Amino acid sequence: MKGRESMRPQMARTYGKALANIVMCLGFLTAQVAAQAGGELNFCLRTEPKTFDPLKVEDESSAAIRYLTGGVLVRVNRQTQELEPELAQSWKVSKDGRQITFRLRTGLSFSDGTPFSAGDVAYTVQQLMDPALHSATGDAFRSAAGNVETKVISPTQISIAFPAPVAGLDRLFDQVAILSERSTKKEMAVLGPFMLADYKPGATVLLKRNPNYWKTDEQGRKLPYLDSIRLDIQANRDVEMLRFKRGELDLINSLDSEYFDKLAATSPQLVHDAGPSLDSEQLWFNEVAKAPIPAYKKSWFRSANFRRAISEAINRDDLSRVIFHGHAQPAVGPFSPANKFWFNGKLKPRTYSPDAALKALQSDGFRLENGALKDKDGNEVVFSIITNAGSKTRERMAVLIQEDLQKIGIHVNVVTLDFPSLIARMTQSFDYEAIILGLTNVDLDPNGEMNVWLSSSENHQWNPQQKTPETAWEAEIDRLMRAQAASTDPKRRKEAFDRVQEIAVEQEPFIFLINKNALSAVSMTVHGAAPVILSPQTFWNADRLTVAKK
Amino acid sequence: MRIRIAGHALALVATVLLGGLLSATLVRLAPGFDVDEQELDPHLSAESVHALRAARRQENNIFHFYLSYMNRAAHGDLGTSLALGQPVRSLLRDRAPLTLRLLIFGLGLAWVAALTMALTAAWLKFAAYDLVTTLVSGTFLCIPAAVLALLSVLWNVPGSMAIALIVFPRIYRFTHNLLAKSYSLPHIITARAKGLGEARILFWHVVPGVAPQLLAVAGVSVSIAVGAAIPVEALCGLAGVGQLAWQAALARDLPLLINITILVTLVTLLANSGADVIGHMVRGGQES
Amino acid sequence: MNLWRKLACVILVVVVCASVAANWLAPAGYARQYREATNAAPSRSHWLGTDEIGRDRFARVLYGTRISLLLAPAAALLSTLMAALIGGLAGYLGGVWARLAMAITDLFLSLPWLFLLITARALMPLNVSPLVSVLVTFLLLGLLGWTTAARVLCTTAGALRSADFVRQARAAGVPGQRLFWIHVMPNLKPVLYAQFWISIPVFILSEANLGILGLGVAEPMPSWGSLLKELEGLVSLGDEPWKFVPLILLVLVVMSFQLLLSRHDEVAA
Repeated sequence: MKGRESMRPQMARTYGKALANIVMCLGFLTAQVAAQAGGELNFCLRTEPKTFDPLKVEDESSAAIRYLTGGVLVRVNRQTQELEPELAQSWKVSKDGRQITFRLRTGLSFSDGTPFSAGDVAYTVQQLMDPALHSATGDAFRSAAGNVETKVISPTQISIAFPAPVAGLDRLFDQVAILSERSTKKEMAVLGPFMLADYKPGATVLLKRNPNYWKTDEQGRKLPYLDSIRLDIQANRDVEMLRFKRGELDLINSLDSEYFDKLAATSPQLVHDAGPSLDSEQLWFNEVAKAPIPAYKKSWFRSANFRRAISEAINRDDLSRVIFHGHAQPAVGPFSPANKFWFNGKLKPRTYSPDAALKALQSDGFRLENGALKDKDGNEVVFSIITNAGSKTRERMAVLIQEDLQKIGIHVNVVTLDFPSLIARMTQSFDYEAIILGLTNVDLDPNGEMNVWLSSSENHQWNPQQKTPETAWEAEIDRLMRAQAASTDPKRRKEAFDRVQEIAVEQEPFIFLINKNALSAVSMTVHGAAPVILSPQTFWNADRLTVAKK
Repeated sequence: MRIRIAGHALALVATVLLGGLLSATLVRLAPGFDVDEQELDPHLSAESVHALRAARRQENNIFHFYLSYMNRAAHGDLGTSLALGQPVRSLLRDRAPLTLRLLIFGLGLAWVAALTMALTAAWLKFAAYDLVTTLVSGTFLCIPAAVLALLSVLWNVPGSMAIALIVFPRIYRFTHNLLAKSYSLPHIITARAKGLGEARILFWHVVPGVAPQLLAVAGVSVSIAVGAAIPVEALCGLAGVGQLAWQAALARDLPLLINITILVTLVTLLANSGADVIGHMVRGGQES
Repeated sequence: MNLWRKLACVILVVVVCASVAANWLAPAGYARQYREATNAAPSRSHWLGTDEIGRDRFARVLYGTRISLLLAPAAALLSTLMAALIGGLAGYLGGVWARLAMAITDLFLSLPWLFLLITARALMPLNVSPLVSVLVTFLLLGLLGWTTAARVLCTTAGALRSADFVRQARAAGVPGQRLFWIHVMPNLKPVLYAQFWISIPVFILSEANLGILGLGVAEPMPSWGSLLKELEGLVSLGDEPWKFVPLILLVLVVMSFQLLLSRHDEVAA
């Protein structure tokens, strides 16, 4: 009797738990089924997309549309950062890094029904590598002059050979959306989960489900779950935020830190901080010899000691805390710690120390006189920092830096300019003294920054287009970057790039300020979202997102 | 008469074309004309960057560019937008109706509000009412256009309301002052002394007297509204010509800017010339 | 002087005195950053709270008043005078002069002056003093802001040309110059006062918008325009009503100008 009685509460608990589990599962399945019944995802693009041709994508909005509509051979999983098969079942990169062979999936079709085969891949690569195209996607493959050879081995196998080794060759195909060779719809025939349905310039881009999308989920259900995605073109972040709060938008892909906090205060479940992103903000000085600035200023800016002192005098913790509300980290070097493999973990952030900065300047002959810093020739240290108007964070960073440098007697003038004027000064007239700008990294691989670090390059911002490297350390960086580009051994490449990062931190051609966190907002109506740091942060798995009916 | 009309039409056309040329010159001389944001993409090779710059420099000789533009425009080809890569003609055709609607409704609302307040103030001559209307118009004058545009989004009201709120304080002040001044004229004082009703004095003697000036204000209000349309459309996400103008200005999109300037010059000239003609007719009618 | 005009006088005097005495009245310099207290609500140490980088808002309002209250009316005066000269004179002379002036005015109304302003910025050195930058900004605003009133003045002056008192004066042998300045110009005052009154807040706001081109008041110097730009952060305004204080101050000053000017609205012919 006693045994049976003592069994009852235990059995009740067991049955209760089982019942609760059944109810939960049913609830989950119901929600999934309800959510999987179509639905439209709605969010904003910040600028007008410049092109729907996936080979000519240069801007963020066009890249978002390419991501959602384009079928690629391989895909970098934005969550794991690992390369995964997509249209290609498997691939092999040759030992010398010059050739890649893909084995393709069979039975796939473009959105207009045209069959997909190796011929389409060959066609796409030939179009991409056409020198007249001048596409950033194509240029990423261009490690040397010469033709790219494509060989269609069979309808499901293709080999692509490059004139020189291409570092990180396979990962570059994440950006190459395959075009149909035979379709009359040209780039409108796609292999991705969605296809372009409507475009109202200045207003919206509407993408609809691609009925011929090849992927299915684990239960064998066709993807994508969503019926459509509506992208509204909205540049103003206040308006975007208002519309999100009103429920008109389902997500904000990239959220400013001040809005993050405001939203978190009322609805913490809607906001996501995925941690440090790959993006960085930096300040650099004009080191161009022919720049139309006084010679004494050029001598300051070309002194590594001066640059390091300025770096030490900047309070990065305050920049992170005051401007980004804690949603940023002081930057250490060219790469963010979010880039797990390539980041040089041995680097330490420069500590804030105005006294040490002043000491370092004094060793170069600078001295404080009545609160103003003067160089050894008696010139007062005054320079301007320019940045692009419209970026509140950069404007505020400039003002904080102005105040920090005032403490060591340096007078800084902050000038905000419209972007074209800024670019003209930066790349043509070189009529500037210091700039604050940011780098948006879409690549994990340092090869994507080749044109930043090579001294002969256009984008070697502080002193571009050098015929020969003007300093020993720039010559060393040139050597190391070429070495890592020519190697296929990840370990050797890492060693070379680690050394590049060390030199960059020693010499401070870029004074790296902060790495912003990847902030986003996702409505509760969206299921399956898992914001990450790699772009596109919130809709990287758009084919598996669902939206509950509003 | 025909010669006069032809002369006026010729002057109109010449002014419009001069406007286009001056606009192109201003854009060409401004820094940042021959740069492209894409140059900063680190993935681009040196050849691609040079190609980008070369494409921009094709418009270096402004006279040559303008002459070839006019030649193409004469055949209906208004050029291709550099920033958007689309034919300017289709961009303007798709966006003009929205801007036109915004302007018509915005101006209409602004004039209704301004005239109602100004006429009531002139009629009542009540100091407190005058103060309140001045306070209302003064407040809207002090609120940035961007804020009014954002408020229209917040309160879900049409963009034309934001344009009306930007334009009406400017119209109101001119209208109010013109009406107030008119009341001090000898014939109005005489009419009042002779016991004529206030409504009759206002609508039969005051308003017709200032009609030419009011029409001049109406003409310039079109320009004010066109200027207001730019921030309103840009901030409210309305795909009109104003938004296009802002994008074109930021991108130094010369083909688009020339066409928009010509369009704006034409609208301005037509509005002001129309106001002048009607004003002459009204004045001529009064004098006869 | 009636009560309202007295009040207007008092307001203007108080505002001007407060801006002059900013060094003593302000709890801190306008550039001082209280980084531990950013976006703070009003308190005993910060009467209007702090801005997004911790600067005392009350201090910035006081110092900003100097720039805006001095330069905006000066620029408004310049634009009014230019409108009077161009529009008034053209309307008085009539004929081809009026048509030419109005064609130029219409062109001025249509051209994208943004690019002239960009070029002006490019011609100025980057290290120009904030005072020079703001002087140039308001000068340009004054030089470009005359067009609206010029059209109305041309029409008004054109109507006055054929007014009885002008014909009588002309018949009596009054020289043209005297006729214009002594008899026609005073009758243009309603439009001139309207132009002046509208231009003050418009120029204050335009100065802030010109920051996008590198013109206007340079950081960390404040101006009313830059303070009013805070209102664009609509998302948070409901919780931060103290941000409206610069708007209220501007409305009070603009109203005060209007009350003082309104005494002169009616002019005997």
